Amino acid sequence: MSIFSLFRKQTSAPVARERLQVLLAHERASVGQSDLVAILREEILAVIAKHVEIDDERVSVKMERGEHVTTLEVDIEIPVTVTIRAA
Amino acid sequence: MAKVVVVTSGKGGVGKTTSSAALGAALAQRNEKTVVVDFDVGLRNLDLVMGAERRVVYDLVNVIQGDAKLTQAVIRDKRLDTLYLLPASQTRDKDSLTPEGVERVMNELKEQFDWIICDSPAGIERGATLAMRHADVAVVVTNPEVSSVRDSDRIIGLLDAKTEKAERGERMEKHLLLTRYDPARAERGDMLKVDDVLEILSIPLLGIVPESMDVLKASNIGAPVTLADSRSAPALAYLDAARRLAGETVPMTIPGEKRGIFGKIFGRRAA
Ligand SMILES: Nc1ncnc2c1ncn2[C@@H]1O[C@H](COP(=O)(O)OP(=O)(O)O)[C@@H](O)[C@H]1O
Ligand SMILES: [Mg+2]
Repeated sequence: MSIFSLFRKQTSAPVARERLQVLLAHERASVGQSDLVAILREEILAVIAKHVEIDDERVSVKMERGEHVTTLEVDIEIPVTVTIRAA
Repeated sequence: MAKVVVVTSGKGGVGKTTSSAALGAALAQRNEKTVVVDFDVGLRNLDLVMGAERRVVYDLVNVIQGDAKLTQAVIRDKRLDTLYLLPASQTRDKDSLTPEGVERVMNELKEQFDWIICDSPAGIERGATLAMRHADVAVVVTNPEVSSVRDSDRIIGLLDAKTEKAERGERMEKHLLLTRYDPARAERGDMLKVDDVLEILSIPLLGIVPESMDVLKASNIGAPVTLADSRSAPALAYLDAARRLAGETVPMTIPGEKRGIFGKIFGRRAA
């Protein structure tokens, strides 16, 4: 470290730059993921629809980013009448 | 062949309307027939910035809804007979812009003009996506400030996904126009530098427009800044940017940095 840097005033632009780089790396990745969720949702729906009749609106697919792992939550409501028939 | 340019940003108040008027006028000053289209339905301002607010009879929505012909709605500039304006409406119903209607108007404009400059509203909703939909080239207006850079990044993502060009699998040509740049603050280290923004957004630079009173003065009198005072610093920046947009190679000058004897003379007059 140079002795001059002790006298130099701290500037804010490098902080802004650093924060933006971290944030945008994250946001660019998650935009891709929202597409992934949409694709997964559609394909999961198609597979299930082959076997049971389900309502489009009753299927929820969520992706949540944790610190170490990302979880995919799939929630499908199957009407009682259909399950009984299938079983 | 007509070229459709969208002037966009995500964030509001960064200088889209100012830039649309200035670039439109600069292209028209090159003797190329240019129309500037205001897509900011409900908040039209381009008419005011271009000094045509008292001549608006019909607007974009009237044409889309079939209440007026395009020729009735388009206003020719009083100063430059190659410059035209298609105003937005003041209606609050944003749904009045339909994708089919916009497509029909754009096709009709393409037959009559060399340049079609689309002034996008802020945001990433319908108005902004319709404004970019038919573009061949995008001018991404960004201020050297964190929220503006972040929003520009979002808009770049949309340009690569939601435009006709992107949907055809073609690459959308994108250029960065850095506006409201304050050389003194950048020098002090309290404003993102040109290189910082370029590195983060990684699209080529079209120009750097300094923060300047001349922009305010031009809007006060209702003239694009390139027409109000063509020797002012922001006007010179926009004139150069328009030349680059037209495919010329023009050396880039960063406001506040030495430009040689020629630049100094004009630079001082402009200050
Ligand atoms: N280079 C500049 N220097 C000073 N003021 C500017 C500059 N560019 C834009 N402005 C001002 O900023 C405000 C917002 O500009 P505007 O073009 O309406 O932005 P937008 O269309 O993106 O909302 C206006 O008051 C305008 O005069
Ligand atoms: Mg505007």
